[in-house]
Amino acid sequence: MRELALHITDLVENSIAAKSQNIHIVIREDNTANHLRLLVSDDGSGMTEEVLERITDPFYTSRTTRKVGLGIPLLKAAAEACNGFLTVESSPGKGTKVSVEFQQDHIDRMPLGDIATTIRNLIVCSPEVHFKFEYSVDDRQFIFDNQPILQELDGVSLTEPAVLAYLKTVINNGIAEVQTGNN
Amino acid sequence: MDKIKSLEDLKRIREEALKQKSAKSTAGQIQIIVGMGTVGIAAGARETMKAILDFIEKEKLTDIVVRQTGYAKWDSFEPIVQVVIGDQPMVTYGKVNSDAVTRIMESHVVGGKIVDDLVIED
Repeated sequence: MRELALHITDLVENSIAAKSQNIHIVIREDNTANHLRLLVSDDGSGMTEEVLERITDPFYTSRTTRKVGLGIPLLKAAAEACNGFLTVESSPGKGTKVSVEFQQDHIDRMPLGDIATTIRNLIVCSPEVHFKFEYSVDDRQFIFDNQPILQELDGVSLTEPAVLAYLKTVINNGIAEVQTGNN
Repeated sequence: MDKIKSLEDLKRIREEALKQKSAKSTAGQIQIIVGMGTVGIAAGARETMKAILDFIEKEKLTDIVVRQTGYAKWDSFEPIVQVVIGDQPMVTYGKVNSDAVTRIMESHVVGGKIVDDLVIED
């Protein structure tokens, strides 16, 4: 995967598969400390210590349809190649937290990519999940929470064209403001 | 865009959505499912999903349910898109890039005609 945003889709899909009700996505780009941090935490089914120990092994997967799971091992390798790390904390019944750090200006650091599309896709296709997305670059921050939107829509689907257009505008503008510093 | 303003906008958006909904009649509920497992994502499923949502937005299609699934048993055919119209059987499409999305949306979702050359057999 060539973008961090695609890895985020992958991590969140794991959270959804673990039947999470609340998923929190945090991206922090700090140019002074020279790191990019990513955090995906959920309140899904979590993992036992035994599974957790093997989670970064590419030849381990909890699925039964195929014998390899490459999502987390690939992201871990990418982070470590950029003087960073990937850690997973999890406990059964409580949830899972994946933390990743990259050296921000490392030449091999993959770009964040199209995070706006990633977030809109996730929100529209899993309306039963409470998503909180926080993105910051230095001291600029964008927070997007789907709960107030769902309440305000009061049963109108997120896939209605007017709602899709609204979500695209709000998410694209919020992210662009954080990235460029323009309001 | 500040938060309060954007929530006020939503009241208007909600009414607009309801108006559009009542203006169009649909032939049973339409469900579109995109495979978003690791393999699907690596094969371009996020762009596939984006193309579907953009088509719905652009063509103002209402009452369509779009879902994602991590379920994958056709790895070499990813991205996978499945379409269910009303009580008709589910149709599974493989290697669905953005161009294939346009064909599936125009022919199957809007026109009711299955795009045979993109269908994969179970």
